[in-house]
Amino acid sequence: MKIQPDAAQFPLAFKTVVLAGFKAAKPEVLLNAALMLALLAVPLWAWFADEPFLITLTTRAVIFAIAGVGLNFALGFGGLVSLGHAAFFGLGGYVMGVLAYHAQTYTALLDWPFVIEGSRSMLVIWLVAILLSALLALGIGALSLRTSGVYFIMITLAFAQMLYYFAISWPAYGGEDGLSIYVRNSFPGLNTMAPIQFFAICFVLLILVLLLVKFLARSAFGLALGAARQNEERVQAVGQMPYRLYLIAFMISGSITGLAGALFADLNRFVSPTMFSWQTSGEIMVFVILGGVGRVFGPVAGAALFILLEHSLGGLSDYWHVYLGAILLGVVLFARGGLYGMLTGREAAHD
Amino acid sequence: MSFTLLAEQTLNGLQFGVMLFLMAAGLTLVFGVMGLINLAHGSLYMVGAFAAAAVAGATGSFLLGLVASLVCAAFAGVLIEVLVIRRLYERDHLEQVLATFALILIFSEGTRWVFGSFPLFLDTPAWLGGTVTLPFGIVYPVYRLAIILVGLAVALGLFWMIARTRIGIRIRAGENDREMIAALGVNISLLYTFVFALGAALAGFAGAMIGAIQSVQVGMGEPVLILAFVVIVIGGIGSIKGAFVGALLVGLTETLGRFLLPEFFKLLMEPSAAISVGASLASMSIYLLMAAVLLFRPRGLFGSA
Amino acid sequence: MTEPVLDIRNVSKSFGALVASEGINLDVRPGEIHALIGPNGAGKSTLIKQIAGGLQPDSGSVVFDGQDVTALTTAARARLGMGRTFQISSLAMDYSVLQNVVLGALGRRGTVFRFFRPVMRDRELLAQARAALVEVGLEEMQNMRTSELSHGQRRQLEVAVALTLAPKIFLMDEPMAGLGMEGSRRLMGFLDTLRQRAPILLVEHDMDAVFQLADRISVLVYGSIIATGTVEEIRANPQVRAAYLGEEEARS
Repeated sequence: MKIQPDAAQFPLAFKTVVLAGFKAAKPEVLLNAALMLALLAVPLWAWFADEPFLITLTTRAVIFAIAGVGLNFALGFGGLVSLGHAAFFGLGGYVMGVLAYHAQTYTALLDWPFVIEGSRSMLVIWLVAILLSALLALGIGALSLRTSGVYFIMITLAFAQMLYYFAISWPAYGGEDGLSIYVRNSFPGLNTMAPIQFFAICFVLLILVLLLVKFLARSAFGLALGAARQNEERVQAVGQMPYRLYLIAFMISGSITGLAGALFADLNRFVSPTMFSWQTSGEIMVFVILGGVGRVFGPVAGAALFILLEHSLGGLSDYWHVYLGAILLGVVLFARGGLYGMLTGREAAHD
Repeated sequence: MSFTLLAEQTLNGLQFGVMLFLMAAGLTLVFGVMGLINLAHGSLYMVGAFAAAAVAGATGSFLLGLVASLVCAAFAGVLIEVLVIRRLYERDHLEQVLATFALILIFSEGTRWVFGSFPLFLDTPAWLGGTVTLPFGIVYPVYRLAIILVGLAVALGLFWMIARTRIGIRIRAGENDREMIAALGVNISLLYTFVFALGAALAGFAGAMIGAIQSVQVGMGEPVLILAFVVIVIGGIGSIKGAFVGALLVGLTETLGRFLLPEFFKLLMEPSAAISVGASLASMSIYLLMAAVLLFRPRGLFGSA
Repeated sequence: MTEPVLDIRNVSKSFGALVASEGINLDVRPGEIHALIGPNGAGKSTLIKQIAGGLQPDSGSVVFDGQDVTALTTAARARLGMGRTFQISSLAMDYSVLQNVVLGALGRRGTVFRFFRPVMRDRELLAQARAALVEVGLEEMQNMRTSELSHGQRRQLEVAVALTLAPKIFLMDEPMAGLGMEGSRRLMGFLDTLRQRAPILLVEHDMDAVFQLADRISVLVYGSIIATGTVEEIRANPQVRAAYLGEEEARS
């Protein structure tokens, strides 16, 4: 979709252009480091203090951050306002659920034309989740990217909703009730049921995903994608098809969010159609916006803030979503650029 | 499968489509005139339903309930337009999506706060109860028939208003050229508030009408909102005619798909499997319809290029 | 006579009752600047769009470098070697000047589907990009944000991006527009040497510039080309004088 290249409306450019646009603005680097350290320190402290709930809470934040980083790649770098990323989050969740369910019941997933067994290995589950999410993103993207603007928003939302109803009406995997898994899936050399070890897995994956996006943003592909977001005509004039750039960006974005979905299902040892719901899509978008669109680490800050709000406001009132809504409204109306925008200056350091 | 059953399901589809139109009309007007994507439109539907249920419950009058749904939804519409929405017209779609998503959170949790988590019930009045026998021996509930007729009447009124009245001319002018109507001395901000309130009232009215055949509860608006999105994507954003055609298409596809697809698969496989496959496909059918329309007309059936 | 680089054969396009292009024939030969002039609303932009892609002619064909490109997308035509500059600057405004030219150099390389190597450290691309900036005189500005450039500098950057593509033809849509005397003079000097590298189809309003630069001129009026010829032929053509120059003289 097209977003007008107006820096005031869509603060995505660089604040300081350092030689060749490479080094990020200093305050942002510090903020990134502080954020990652805090995400690491809290569960470590909780581990020593024997507060497993706090570890799980941080793990949630880390997984949400991965989902947000995925959406941010399409939204912040490609300008694709997808309101249907729950499709990938849910698909990842169901990949975990279905594979683990078949492994747990010793049944084959498919008997014909070839046998597919379930799996309890996280590595296998992640791989399948990533591949299937990319494939789904190819399908959804190929159709949705024929349109732009508000059509794109509504269509992505509609496709996610389609999967939601599909999951509800497919009784083999629990329908509306979802699927429970008894034991968390396995990772070589680790006891994944120990909260701190599962946290470590998620944290490392978050770092890997952040590195991936950072590399992508600096690559030839990233340069062309960002150019397409700002000016499609320009990209065509240098011989590139915006549609293709968007489609690949959408696939990368979807597969990252799909991976997050698989982790989320493993965290809860449960998957249900809720993961496909429009609220989930909205929340993933909220992570991105709270943190700051188009910043590599933005969604990490957004997800952490979201969990913090959920935890503190949730203790204050059962109806904490009212406050969340008010805060979100305030951010959109008055603090464009999100947390990162407020702390490091309005415009994103695009590197 | 008998003819009367099929006819009855077709009428149900029509009834559903007409109600979807009331939702979609507001959405498409607001987008066409103000360029705003409003996720909180489903909340206005919910507000209408709750207002109707509360007032009808307190007074015992269904008609008063309907009036309350119109008034409350329009009032809620004016309120959010003045406080929030008008700050969003010049913003990009992303910010509109987020701000109206925030409004959903506030409306939904606020309603839960006031009314609790249990669904309310809005009873159909006695004078609209029972069934009526239509030609060809089709027996059909009076209330659902009333929904169809009232919905069609509202749709006609809307078409008449847009095509014939002064305010309709201004709305159409606003769709084409904002500066033009400003130059004509029309108070744009008042016009925008009116259009928004009109859309809100239609949504609230639909919520109240449907509230009597389903339960009135928090979160009832959003599934309908998403269907209304599908409707206007199919019809072409900004087109009232497109919204009408799209709404009937979606209403009929959804209802008949749910009815016919399991029957169809029963011919191919054992009944239990057929019902599950049929149900899954039926729930996907309208999205497949949307995908098919988009393949051939990325701007919808009546959308302008 | 050498083969033309660009050959537009009998191209027609109408929008409803409005005929924007009517049986247009036009060619651009190696080494020449072929100027396309015509009053406002004559259909110059429509014609450029049909040549560069983005608008399909109703009939006729566009042959570029011996290949019929009528059915190809804008991107595909650019890859074949059409270097276009836009009437209204069309750049990635949030990017630095250097990033914009590197994007052009990437276009010349042909593939952007490299996902890991930092593009702004690619020596080959940087060398090409900087060379183009030096040619148009923007090397001092390379780290500035494009949106901070002046109007004239943006026009220069447009030309630089087209240069990085090393195109087989330049399609330039009013490159002098809004440049001012000094800017126009410099750009004209540059275009004068540029024709050695690749021929130029120049759409231009500035008559002085056209008469100084062009090897041949085509005059478009109401969607038809009423004359094509050398500067002298066009100056002498009574039809052109009536339809176009007369107007200009009457105005001044």
